[in-house]
Amino acid sequence: MLHLSHADYAALRAHGEETYPHECCGVLLGKASPDGNRVRQIVRAGNTRTDSAHNRYNIAPEELIRTQRQARTLGLDIVGFYHSHPDCPAQWSQTDYNEAHWLGCSYVITRVDQGKAAITNSFLLTGTGEEDKAFRDEPIEIELDSTES
Amino acid sequence: MKIHIPTPLRAYTGGEQTVGVPGATVGQALQELTTAFPELRQHLYTGEGKLRSFVNIYLNDDDIRYLPQKESTPVGESDELTVIPSIAGGCEDGAADALHAICNYFCPKGAKL
Ligand SMILES: [Zn+2]
Repeated sequence: MLHLSHADYAALRAHGEETYPHECCGVLLGKASPDGNRVRQIVRAGNTRTDSAHNRYNIAPEELIRTQRQARTLGLDIVGFYHSHPDCPAQWSQTDYNEAHWLGCSYVITRVDQGKAAITNSFLLTGTGEEDKAFRDEPIEIELDSTES
Repeated sequence: MKIHIPTPLRAYTGGEQTVGVPGATVGQALQELTTAFPELRQHLYTGEGKLRSFVNIYLNDDDIRYLPQKESTPVGESDELTVIPSIAGGCEDGAADALHAICNYFCPKGAKL
Protein backbone atom coordinates (compact mmCIF):
# COMPACT_ATOMS: atom_id res chain seq x y z
CA MET A 1 0.00 0.00 0.00
CA LEU A 2 1.26 3.45 -0.97
CA HIS A 3 0.03 6.25 1.26
CA LEU A 4 -0.25 9.60 -0.44
CA SER A 5 -1.95 12.84 0.57
CA HIS A 6 -4.68 14.10 -1.72
CA ALA A 7 -2.64 17.25 -2.42
CA ASP A 8 0.42 15.24 -3.53
CA TYR A 9 -1.76 12.89 -5.58
CA ALA A 10 -3.35 15.85 -7.36
CA ALA A 11 0.03 17.53 -7.82
CA LEU A 12 1.73 14.59 -9.49
CA ARG A 13 -1.23 14.14 -11.83
CA ALA A 14 -1.24 17.85 -12.65
CA HIS A 15 2.48 17.62 -13.45
CA GLY A 16 1.70 15.00 -16.11
CA GLU A 17 -0.94 17.27 -17.63
CA GLU A 18 1.48 20.21 -17.71
CA THR A 19 4.23 18.36 -19.52
CA TYR A 20 1.89 16.55 -21.95
CA PRO A 21 2.65 15.33 -24.63
CA HIS A 22 5.95 14.73 -22.85
CA GLU A 23 6.53 12.44 -19.88
CA CYS A 24 6.88 14.11 -16.50
CA CYS A 25 8.88 12.65 -13.63
CA GLY A 26 9.51 13.27 -9.98
CA VAL A 27 10.57 11.83 -6.66
CA LEU A 28 8.47 10.71 -3.69
CA LEU A 29 9.97 11.55 -0.28
CA GLY A 30 8.66 9.91 2.84
CA LYS A 31 9.14 6.94 5.09
CA ALA A 32 8.83 3.21 4.70
CA SER A 33 6.40 1.69 7.21
CA PRO A 34 5.20 -1.85 7.88
CA ASP A 35 2.08 -1.16 5.81
CA GLY A 36 3.89 0.43 2.91
CA ASN A 37 5.64 3.58 1.77
CA ARG A 38 4.22 6.80 3.18
CA VAL A 39 4.81 9.88 1.05
CA ARG A 40 5.31 13.18 2.86
CA GLN A 41 6.46 15.33 -0.01
CA ILE A 42 6.82 15.10 -3.77
CA VAL A 43 9.63 16.76 -5.67
CA ARG A 44 9.33 17.54 -9.36
CA ALA A 45 12.27 16.58 -11.52
CA GLY A 46 13.27 17.54 -15.02
CA ASN A 47 13.13 14.97 -17.80
CA THR A 48 16.58 14.87 -19.40
CA ARG A 49 15.33 12.78 -22.35
CA THR A 50 14.61 15.78 -24.55
CA ASP A 51 15.46 13.54 -27.53
CA SER A 52 12.41 11.34 -26.90
CA ALA A 53 10.43 13.00 -24.13
CA HIS A 54 7.06 11.70 -25.37
CA ASN A 55 7.95 8.13 -24.44
CA ARG A 56 11.08 8.23 -22.28
CA TYR A 57 12.12 9.81 -19.02
CA ASN A 58 15.35 10.07 -17.13
CA ILE A 59 16.24 12.01 -14.01
CA ALA A 60 19.77 13.41 -13.94
CA PRO A 61 21.83 11.83 -11.14
CA GLU A 62 22.91 15.32 -10.05
CA GLU A 63 19.27 16.20 -9.48
CA LEU A 64 18.69 12.92 -7.62
CA ILE A 65 21.64 13.67 -5.36
CA ARG A 66 20.23 17.11 -4.57
CA THR A 67 16.86 15.52 -3.85
CA GLN A 68 18.41 12.86 -1.63
CA ARG A 69 20.25 15.63 0.26
CA GLN A 70 16.97 17.53 0.64
CA ALA A 71 15.33 14.35 1.98
CA ARG A 72 18.13 13.91 4.50
CA THR A 73 17.72 17.42 5.89
CA LEU A 74 13.96 16.80 6.21
CA GLY A 75 14.53 13.47 7.95
CA LEU A 76 12.88 11.68 5.03
CA ASP A 77 13.95 9.03 2.51
CA ILE A 78 13.41 8.56 -1.19
CA VAL A 79 10.54 6.04 -1.17
CA GLY A 80 9.53 6.18 -4.81
CA PHE A 81 9.22 7.96 -8.12
CA TYR A 82 6.46 9.03 -10.42
CA HIS A 83 6.17 9.55 -14.14
CA SER A 84 3.47 9.90 -16.76
CA HIS A 85 2.52 7.88 -19.82
CA PRO A 86 1.14 10.24 -22.45
CA ASP A 87 -1.60 8.35 -24.33
CA CYS A 88 -0.22 5.04 -23.03
CA PRO A 89 -1.59 2.63 -20.39
CA ALA A 90 -0.85 3.29 -16.72
CA GLN A 91 1.11 0.06 -16.59
CA TRP A 92 4.83 -0.45 -16.33
CA SER A 93 6.54 -1.12 -19.64
CA GLN A 94 9.48 -3.36 -20.41
CA THR A 95 11.63 -0.21 -20.47
CA ASP A 96 10.33 0.78 -17.04
CA TYR A 97 11.20 -2.68 -15.73
CA ASN A 98 14.67 -2.77 -17.28
CA GLU A 99 15.49 0.67 -15.89
CA ALA A 100 14.03 0.09 -12.41
CA HIS A 101 16.72 -0.40 -9.77
CA TRP A 102 15.30 1.09 -6.57
CA LEU A 103 14.13 -2.07 -4.82
CA GLY A 104 11.50 -1.43 -2.17
CA CYS A 105 10.47 1.81 -3.84
CA SER A 106 7.09 2.66 -5.36
CA TYR A 107 6.86 3.55 -9.05
CA VAL A 108 3.74 5.61 -9.70
CA ILE A 109 2.51 5.90 -13.28
CA THR A 110 -0.25 8.22 -14.50
CA ARG A 111 -1.87 7.79 -17.87
CA VAL A 112 -2.45 11.17 -19.50
CA ASP A 113 -4.97 11.11 -22.36
CA GLN A 114 -4.99 14.12 -24.68
CA GLY A 115 -3.64 16.28 -21.86
CA LYS A 116 -6.01 15.03 -19.13
CA ALA A 117 -4.76 12.80 -16.30
CA ALA A 118 -6.59 9.46 -16.41
CA ILE A 119 -5.82 6.50 -14.14
CA THR A 120 -2.86 6.54 -11.71
CA ASN A 121 -1.35 3.22 -10.61
CA SER A 122 1.51 2.30 -8.30
CA PHE A 123 3.92 -0.60 -8.61
CA LEU A 124 6.25 -1.72 -5.84
CA LEU A 125 9.65 -2.94 -7.02
CA THR A 126 10.22 -6.14 -5.05
CA GLY A 127 13.09 -8.63 -4.95
CA THR A 128 16.67 -8.64 -3.76
CA GLY A 129 18.54 -7.71 -6.93
CA GLU A 130 18.56 -7.49 -10.71
CA GLU A 131 18.06 -11.24 -11.08
CA ASP A 132 14.79 -11.55 -9.16
CA LYS A 133 13.33 -8.05 -9.22
CA ALA A 134 9.61 -7.78 -10.02
CA PHE A 135 6.94 -5.10 -10.10
CA ARG A 136 3.98 -5.84 -7.87
CA ASP A 137 0.65 -3.99 -8.14
CA GLU A 138 0.37 -1.72 -5.12
CA PRO A 139 -2.91 -0.11 -4.01
CA ILE A 140 -2.78 3.64 -3.41
CA GLU A 141 -4.42 5.03 -0.30
CA ILE A 142 -5.20 8.70 -0.71
CA GLU A 143 -5.26 10.48 2.60
CA LEU A 144 -7.18 13.65 3.29
CA ASP A 145 -4.92 16.60 3.91
CA SER A 146 -6.48 17.73 7.19
CA THR A 147 -4.68 14.86 8.94
CA GLU A 148 -1.27 16.25 7.96
CA SER A 149 1.16 15.31 10.71
CA MET B 1 34.89 10.36 4.73
CA LYS B 2 31.15 9.97 4.46
CA ILE B 3 29.38 7.71 1.98
CA HIS B 4 25.65 8.25 1.47
CA ILE B 5 23.67 5.09 0.78
CA PRO B 6 20.41 5.12 -1.24
CA THR B 7 17.24 3.65 0.27
CA PRO B 8 17.34 0.22 -1.47
CA LEU B 9 20.92 -0.52 -0.40
CA ARG B 10 20.44 0.32 3.29
CA ALA B 11 19.28 -3.25 3.79
CA TYR B 12 22.98 -4.13 3.43
CA THR B 13 24.39 -1.41 5.70
CA GLY B 14 22.33 -2.33 8.73
CA GLY B 15 19.88 0.45 7.91
CA GLU B 16 22.56 3.18 7.94
CA GLN B 17 21.94 5.98 5.47
CA THR B 18 25.42 7.43 5.88
CA VAL B 19 28.54 5.39 6.55
CA GLY B 20 31.89 6.79 7.67
CA VAL B 21 34.97 5.11 6.19
CA PRO B 22 38.72 5.77 6.14
CA GLY B 23 40.63 5.94 2.86
CA ALA B 24 42.94 8.28 0.97
CA THR B 25 41.33 7.76 -2.45
CA VAL B 26 37.85 7.12 -3.86
CA GLY B 27 38.84 3.51 -4.57
CA GLN B 28 40.13 2.91 -1.05
CA ALA B 29 37.00 4.37 0.50
CA LEU B 30 34.80 2.12 -1.65
CA GLN B 31 36.99 -0.85 -0.78
CA GLU B 32 36.51 -0.06 2.92
CA LEU B 33 32.78 0.20 2.36
CA THR B 34 32.44 -3.21 0.72
CA THR B 35 34.78 -4.77 3.29
CA ALA B 36 32.63 -3.45 6.11
CA PHE B 37 29.43 -4.46 4.28
CA PRO B 38 30.32 -7.40 2.00
CA GLU B 39 26.73 -7.89 0.79
CA LEU B 40 26.87 -4.48 -0.87
CA ARG B 41 29.53 -5.59 -3.33
CA GLN B 42 27.29 -7.56 -5.68
CA HIS B 43 24.82 -4.68 -5.83
CA LEU B 44 27.50 -2.18 -6.82
CA TYR B 45 29.79 -4.28 -9.01
CA THR B 46 29.42 -6.91 -11.73
CA GLY B 47 31.06 -10.34 -11.38
CA GLU B 48 34.07 -8.89 -13.22
CA GLY B 49 34.40 -6.15 -10.62
CA LYS B 50 33.13 -3.33 -12.84
CA LEU B 51 30.77 -0.73 -11.42
CA ARG B 52 27.27 -1.72 -12.58
CA SER B 53 26.09 0.49 -15.43
CA PHE B 54 23.04 1.76 -13.55
CA VAL B 55 24.95 2.59 -10.37
CA ASN B 56 26.29 6.12 -10.20
CA ILE B 57 28.82 7.14 -7.60
CA TYR B 58 29.46 10.82 -7.10
CA LEU B 59 32.37 12.44 -5.29
CA ASN B 60 30.65 15.58 -3.99
CA ASP B 61 29.05 16.80 -7.26
CA ASP B 62 31.12 14.80 -9.76
CA ASP B 63 30.52 11.39 -11.31
CA ILE B 64 33.62 9.32 -10.44
CA ARG B 65 33.54 7.80 -13.97
CA TYR B 66 34.46 11.23 -15.34
CA LEU B 67 37.06 12.27 -12.78
CA PRO B 68 40.47 12.58 -14.49
CA GLN B 69 42.00 10.20 -11.95
CA LYS B 70 38.82 8.14 -11.55
CA GLU B 71 39.06 5.87 -8.48
CA SER B 72 42.59 7.06 -7.71
CA THR B 73 41.27 10.56 -6.97
CA PRO B 74 42.50 11.63 -3.53
CA VAL B 75 39.84 12.36 -0.94
CA GLY B 76 39.80 14.20 2.37
CA GLU B 77 37.80 13.91 5.54
CA SER B 78 35.24 16.52 4.43
CA ASP B 79 34.55 14.90 1.02
CA GLU B 80 31.37 12.94 0.47
CA LEU B 81 30.59 10.03 -1.80
CA THR B 82 26.99 9.40 -2.84
CA VAL B 83 25.79 6.12 -4.30
CA ILE B 84 22.76 6.72 -6.52
CA PRO B 85 21.13 4.16 -8.82
CA SER B 86 19.69 5.61 -12.02
CA ILE B 87 16.04 6.47 -12.57
CA ALA B 88 14.62 6.13 -16.06
CA GLY B 89 11.90 4.46 -18.08
CA GLY B 90 9.25 5.17 -20.61
CA CYS B 91 5.85 4.16 -21.88
CA GLU B 92 6.81 2.53 -25.14
CA ASP B 93 8.85 -0.61 -24.87
CA GLY B 94 11.03 -2.37 -27.39
CA ALA B 95 8.23 -4.79 -28.34
CA ALA B 96 5.92 -1.90 -29.14
CA ASP B 97 8.63 -0.24 -31.20
CA ALA B 98 9.08 -3.48 -33.14
CA LEU B 99 5.32 -3.76 -33.68
CA HIS B 100 5.21 -0.22 -35.02
CA ALA B 101 8.08 -1.00 -37.36
CA ILE B 102 6.23 -4.09 -38.65
CA CYS B 103 3.01 -2.13 -39.00
CA ASN B 104 4.72 0.66 -40.88
CA TYR B 105 5.96 -1.95 -43.30
CA PHE B 106 2.85 -4.11 -43.74
CA CYS B 107 -0.16 -2.09 -42.70
CA PRO B 108 -2.15 0.12 -45.07
CA LYS B 109 -0.86 3.68 -45.09
CA GLY B 110 -2.28 5.74 -42.25
CA ALA B 111 -3.18 2.72 -40.12
CA LYS B 112 -2.28 3.09 -36.46
CA LEU B 113 -1.63 0.42 -33.87
ZN1 LIG C 1 6.83 4.27 -17.83
